[in-house]
Amino acid sequence: MKKLESTWYNMAIVLTFISVIAGAALAYVNEITKGPIAEIQQQNEAQAIKTVLCDDNAAITDTIVNGDVTLYLTDNGAAVKTVDPKNESFSGGLTIMVGLDKEFKVLGYTVIVSNETPGLGAKASEWFQKGGKGDIIGRVAGQFKTTKDGGDVDAITASTITSRSFLRAVNNAYAEYAKVMSPEVDVQTAATNPNNE
Amino acid sequence: MNQLKVLWNGIIKENPTFVLLLGMCPTLGTTSSALNGMSMGLATMAVLIFSNLIISLIKNLVPDMVRIPSFIVVIASLVTILQMCIKAFAPEIDKSLGLFIPLIVVNCIILGRAEAFAAKNGPISSVMDGIGMGLGFTLGLTLLGAVRELLGTGKVFSLTIFPDSYGALVFVLAPGAFIALGFLIAIVNKLKN
Repeated sequence: MKKLESTWYNMAIVLTFISVIAGAALAYVNEITKGPIAEIQQQNEAQAIKTVLCDDNAAITDTIVNGDVTLYLTDNGAAVKTVDPKNESFSGGLTIMVGLDKEFKVLGYTVIVSNETPGLGAKASEWFQKGGKGDIIGRVAGQFKTTKDGGDVDAITASTITSRSFLRAVNNAYAEYAKVMSPEVDVQTAATNPNNE
Repeated sequence: MNQLKVLWNGIIKENPTFVLLLGMCPTLGTTSSALNGMSMGLATMAVLIFSNLIISLIKNLVPDMVRIPSFIVVIASLVTILQMCIKAFAPEIDKSLGLFIPLIVVNCIILGRAEAFAAKNGPISSVMDGIGMGLGFTLGLTLLGAVRELLGTGKVFSLTIFPDSYGALVFVLAPGAFIALGFLIAIVNKLKN
């Protein structure tokens, strides 16, 4: 078959035809994958809640959404999905989920979204766990700071910015949960108080 | 015989990473570990095979003056389909590569092969070219990823070779990618001659 001439008419027809077919193909695949994608997201979130609360049977009694922060309240504490309030992580967009008990002790955490450097900042998902070098599990949240900033949490080697961002997010989780627990007290933490920097 | 030559051409003689130096953005960006490099290579190969096939089939229906926009629409649709499938059926890959998948659209290997090969050859050789170039790219990315992972963290495919603390951080970061790539190209050129 001979190649079509580049006339205005041919070009318009061909481009329209290709776009329509591409659009139809995309719509079809979107229809197929929509369900599984939503399911995976829900599963991830449900799994994250159980992990950070260290309780496989955690029953959520209430869900509070407040901007970037989502609180899943249970009878024994809360799982708080939060970002770094100052949004100054190394590559932007660090989202974590923190489990807190009623005394604001950290039960567990998990990193949900992270664009940190692989091999460096991305270590945040293990570094602060039980047995890790910057272990924060079982400690009361709210005033976490790295040793460099006069606190007592070891920052990830070569990733101070990520560590600071991570700890601000944990402190923010505490602040949000404390607000829910006792709404009348004005909670100040290292995350919100500028004088603590 | 001729088809095999086309395949071999992409893997060794015109290897996109080490010889043509095409697609440097994903090459440098995703190769922080061997596994990431390999997944990116395979994802690119999938798009490349299908885009080569479709473009070789429609090449006579597309007038020359709108050839690039037509090819881009085909490639972008394929990449979006791939991205949706990865999100739905391989969430683990999505976690490590999510950001780089849409970038396959502007990967010059794909448009380059569409222009240089698929627009001039039949569907069968075009698919062979896609497989060859795809394998060559995958090989290049996996090798570069393995070198960077080994020198940076002491691991290859997450298997520890030597302790983490002896790794040179620079190889995990962008400058290390350039350095490692430069040395690999030198070695490949030496071996070829």
